Amino acid sequence: MLGEKHARTLLEGALSACEADQAEVLLVAEDSALTRFANNTIHQNVAERNASLQVRAVVGKRIGVASTNSLSAEPVRRAAESACAMARFSEEDPQFVSLPGPSGAIAPLPGTYAEATAAATPAQRARAVRAIIRRAKDDRLVAAGAFSTSEIEMAVANSLGTFAHHAATSAEANVVVMGDTSTGYGDRAGVDVKDVDVEALAVEACGRAVRSANPRPIEPGEYAVVLEPYAVAEMLDYLSYVGFGALQLEEGRSFMAEKMGHKVAGEGITIYDDGLDPRCFGLPFDFEGVPKRRVDLIVDGVARGVVYDSYTAGKQGVASTGHALPAPNTMGPLPGHLHLQPGDRTLEQMVAEMDRGVLVSRFHYVNVIHPLETTITGMTRDGTWWVENGEIRYPIRNLRFSQSVLGALSSVRSVGREVKLQRGWFGGSLVPALSLDRFTFTGKTEF
Amino acid sequence: MKDIAERALNQAQLAGASYADVRVIHQRSETLSVKDGRVDAFARAGSEGFGVRVIAGGAWGFAASNRLTTAEAARVAKLAVAIARASALAKTSDVRLSPLAPMRASYATPVRRDPLEVSVEEKLALLMKADGAMRRVEGLAVAESSLEAAVEDKLFASSEGSVIEQRIVTCGAGIEATAVSDDEVQTRSYPNSFGRQAGTAGYEFIEGLGLEENAERVADEAVQLLSARQCPSRTTTLILDGTQLALQVHESCGHPIELDRVFGMEAAYAGTSFLTTEKLGGFRYGSELVNIVADATAPTGLGTFGFDDEGVPAQRTPVVRDGVFVGYMSSRETAPLIGQESSGTMRADGWNRIPLIRMTNVNLEPGSWTLDDLIADTDDGIMMAVNKSWSIDDRRLNFQFGTELAWEIKHGKKGELLKNATYTGITPDFWAGCDAVCDARHWQLWGTTNCGKGQPGQTMYVGHGVAPARFRNVRVGIV
Repeated sequence: MLGEKHARTLLEGALSACEADQAEVLLVAEDSALTRFANNTIHQNVAERNASLQVRAVVGKRIGVASTNSLSAEPVRRAAESACAMARFSEEDPQFVSLPGPSGAIAPLPGTYAEATAAATPAQRARAVRAIIRRAKDDRLVAAGAFSTSEIEMAVANSLGTFAHHAATSAEANVVVMGDTSTGYGDRAGVDVKDVDVEALAVEACGRAVRSANPRPIEPGEYAVVLEPYAVAEMLDYLSYVGFGALQLEEGRSFMAEKMGHKVAGEGITIYDDGLDPRCFGLPFDFEGVPKRRVDLIVDGVARGVVYDSYTAGKQGVASTGHALPAPNTMGPLPGHLHLQPGDRTLEQMVAEMDRGVLVSRFHYVNVIHPLETTITGMTRDGTWWVENGEIRYPIRNLRFSQSVLGALSSVRSVGREVKLQRGWFGGSLVPALSLDRFTFTGKTEF
Repeated sequence: MKDIAERALNQAQLAGASYADVRVIHQRSETLSVKDGRVDAFARAGSEGFGVRVIAGGAWGFAASNRLTTAEAARVAKLAVAIARASALAKTSDVRLSPLAPMRASYATPVRRDPLEVSVEEKLALLMKADGAMRRVEGLAVAESSLEAAVEDKLFASSEGSVIEQRIVTCGAGIEATAVSDDEVQTRSYPNSFGRQAGTAGYEFIEGLGLEENAERVADEAVQLLSARQCPSRTTTLILDGTQLALQVHESCGHPIELDRVFGMEAAYAGTSFLTTEKLGGFRYGSELVNIVADATAPTGLGTFGFDDEGVPAQRTPVVRDGVFVGYMSSRETAPLIGQESSGTMRADGWNRIPLIRMTNVNLEPGSWTLDDLIADTDDGIMMAVNKSWSIDDRRLNFQFGTELAWEIKHGKKGELLKNATYTGITPDFWAGCDAVCDARHWQLWGTTNCGKGQPGQTMYVGHGVAPARFRNVRVGIV
């Protein structure tokens, strides 16, 4: 770890080497390790130390970005000079207003760093993996997965006086267990490696595999579904990708474009982004050093807002919500800490309340078919069951779905009361299970 | 670079590694994007570091660092051995590698113009001209154009005595035109979706793409698609152009022939494969017209190199011959498990990642038709072009693709433009329905720049050479 003082010195050095009208330096440094297993044995086991220092130089309205992964003085100076030279060679972006100004001292976010995670050893990860494998073997299953620990440090400074620094840790484990005719999945993530309960994870995954053995085929069609949180989180990620950013909204590519203030989902659906919630790998500021704000996206089924970075906020004359991605960013701002507000049902109650339908553990290989209609396709995976008269009757073979996410959310029957943390790229989401009256399956596969 | 490699190899062996290799890599890259007449992104990045891979106690360990000093090389090598010994705590058997004669060699991508040496002014002018041509089309909402280039210098050295230096140069470019109405967003890409067409080549590759020449047509198609008829739902004859067929090969053939997937090594993330080892040499993958090779030697292919990241020379491996499945892509660890030697397909996406079995250029061999004759020979069907969406199950059987473009084919003629086209199928059934492949004049290598695999995630550049082909009895227009 560099620490705040060293990081500030590095960033100030880069800023002083950048002879531009405005300049920004983003530093991300990482120490990470991942132990991977398959066929009940560790087959890949890696560790990495890396960093990225990125300089964004602004000359007039011309912008250049240069980065290096070496934090020595000379490469950092070269990156700063290169960014300035690139800005001078580039063409103007008339829509650029300014880098964000300072927003005062940014309070550290408690609960995002754990010494135990930073100190985790290869042997510790191997022992955790061995515990998962042992449990799988007890059920005559074959386990594959990964256990990772990482320590990450992020700092942003700009020539207008912005400075922000944050250190965090994360520990994650995931496992797929395989039997002759079925598979089961589970994952866990946390800031503290001690909170990643691999025994519970193994029990969960093995239970799914055992309960989904010998699946029967069913015909595709429209069914009621209960989606476990793994599936809900993936569905929400795609909804966010096609709709919750200011750039998509501005260009008319977002489903929110003509629907702000209108009903887009069932009343039980409230979705917001909150990077300040430490339960989902919180981050006090974005990649421009702007403090994160909670943003209501859909409230009681009504479209309420999107997230902004300084560029899109500048164009619209509003304040950035602290959702910038690293420059140069052609995708626009995106949420990184989605929350779907929990309801009042247990998963068991949701199944018990279903007449006929499908219980889905997880989706696989999801992709967008129609962004404005929020239609996505993908497969079920690692445990799918047929439910009748409130009881799980038998496991079924995997199905392909093609479904509008908003259409599905408009048919919400109930929302689960327990939320699950799903790790994202630089944050995480907290989502419950959902019971939906209508979900369209359009194909089937052979297992 | 060599002092780092020597120190790492020495230290690894001193610490007890029975095998060690090291890759020291310098990578430089550049991205330039133009959007609606302004520069949307202009970035240069440099990345350097080394990764040490060892076998100790019969198990794998790997560690990597961005600090290029001999002291760090020693620390990282020792860490790699410690990690291998931790791996051994949960091993079922010792890792065995297929034999490989040590070699001292070098390879460099043939390049006429180094893409990183071409001036920014020249690159911007190219993109701005295409941007201007797109924006002249009335009704267009967004015009985007971009190019990327990278030069990677890497040194591979192993405890078996190999020392291999390579310079891999990649570049590519593309344009995207987007039209928007109240209920539709339609994007047209050229030459390919995913931002660009790319290859291992110099800037001459980008100059030959004809971005400006095709910009107006592509923008016009995006606007036309807003009012096009929805692709109907039915089972029919399907003709795929090269861009879409390249991704079909990628997902339904390229991934299932990765031998690590077959042995369950990717089960937790990307999945496994229906092409299990008992099928090798006898399973009917497709019709007799289907011939597929994995070719790391194809000029300008995005999966072309001199040696893989285990130091194995690039090869051309038959995968499907006359419709029968005959070969995998393999590594030094997996090949012996089926009594073979590595087919040389191990690649890492940087110094900080381990090599995995990755597609090289997985190519569908040309057939005998011209595209005009193929369309004329089709009484009733749909032609689809340029990928828009993709999805396939975790054993690579049930797939669904969407394309940017589709046309009705009636009585041997390409007719009405259709929007939001999709098709679905089961891999061997789909390829069994292939009854025509266009000839070598229509064959082109397409670059796929976003192939994901592994934990931690890796993104690899791979290639697919294809000519348009026809498939019978395909379900289209999925609703």
